Amino acid sequence: MSAVRLYVWQRLTATLMVPLIAVHLIVIIYATNRGLSAAEILGRTRGSIAWGLYYGLFVIAASIHGAIGVRGVAREWLGWREKALDRLMWIFGTILLVLGLRAVIAVVGT
Amino acid sequence: MSGAAETMIDVRVWRGAGEGEYQAFTVPRRDSQTVLDVVTWIQRHADPTLAYRFACRVGVCGSCAMTVNGRPRWTCRTHVSKVIEDGRLEIGPLANLPVIRDLAADMAPFFDKWQKAEGTFVPSRTRHEPLERISPESAERQAADAAIECINCGVCYAACDTVRWSPDYFGPAALNRSWSLVNDVRDAGNLERLAAAASNGGCHNCHSHQSCEQLCPKGLNPTASIAGLKRRTMQAYIRGEIT
Ligand code: SF4
Ligand code: SF4
Ligand code: FES
Repeated sequence: MSAVRLYVWQRLTATLMVPLIAVHLIVIIYATNRGLSAAEILGRTRGSIAWGLYYGLFVIAASIHGAIGVRGVAREWLGWREKALDRLMWIFGTILLVLGLRAVIAVVGT
Repeated sequence: MSGAAETMIDVRVWRGAGEGEYQAFTVPRRDSQTVLDVVTWIQRHADPTLAYRFACRVGVCGSCAMTVNGRPRWTCRTHVSKVIEDGRLEIGPLANLPVIRDLAADMAPFFDKWQKAEGTFVPSRTRHEPLERISPESAERQAADAAIECINCGVCYAACDTVRWSPDYFGPAALNRSWSLVNDVRDAGNLERLAAAASNGGCHNCHSHQSCEQLCPKGLNPTASIAGLKRRTMQAYIRGEIT
């Protein structure tokens, strides 16, 4: 994949994740400060379309961003060829996506 | 300085090509002595077979760059007093380039990459048309100005870790040149140039860690030029002009 396309997608997903990460951190602090139990948290997230969309988007953005990042590291540190790097990126990104979406389903699914 | 009171410098100079070793010389210290003076003294008084390169001796031609105590420098304008450490100088050929012999690095890959980065002017008018008038105040002219004084010395290229990690990377000088042409309103080759800047060897390799800017003897800032190329290639990509 061309360098500029990778660059644009990585910057785009980074920009998207800035507010997402902020909200994510606030939620963590809120939940721990309030001493919410796992059951209480699940009680609020289960069936919530808003939380599903929020964390779904987060997982997609993180998978794209992380996969492009790992591709870059492998390119410089391992000196792999472009084809192999693209394959690594897709495989790594898909794993992140599957794992992440499974977690989202576990949190918002009813 | 003269006679017994003469201060000496311990100089180690790289001898050989890819295979080789540092050879020790003792060179008299002089006032206002440059590193090139030291190398020239060795060749004239100690070993006439020492290979090195220089031409102008006044910081114009860009041919005298070497590695001095671990950093790339233009040796004709680098005073010994500025770089000497504990009375010692270690002088080697420029890094990130093949070595021809001793202190002479092979600059061919460096200049090949200027070609790959489309670092040549593409005229938009013929000789039969009148010269284009460019206002010195225009934003494009000033942007081109910032990158234009390069003497092709290769110091930035030798200073760049990314060149060392990614041998395909065009490097700071070629991309700095590309950026001055991108800002040249007379030039007609920008689409090809931006496509080259966005290719695998192009501007997106740069980590913006600024060794090039730190060591460029002309005080240029290739990092800023490369950041400019990242912006312009992104715009061109979003407009669908490059893929
Ligand atoms: S800023 Fe970019 S071009 Fe300059 S030394 Fe660092 S990686 Fe190389
Ligand atoms: S940008 Fe500076 S360091 Fe690099 S080749 Fe040009 S003058 Fe030398
Ligand atoms: S000899 Fe010309 S720049 Fe040093």
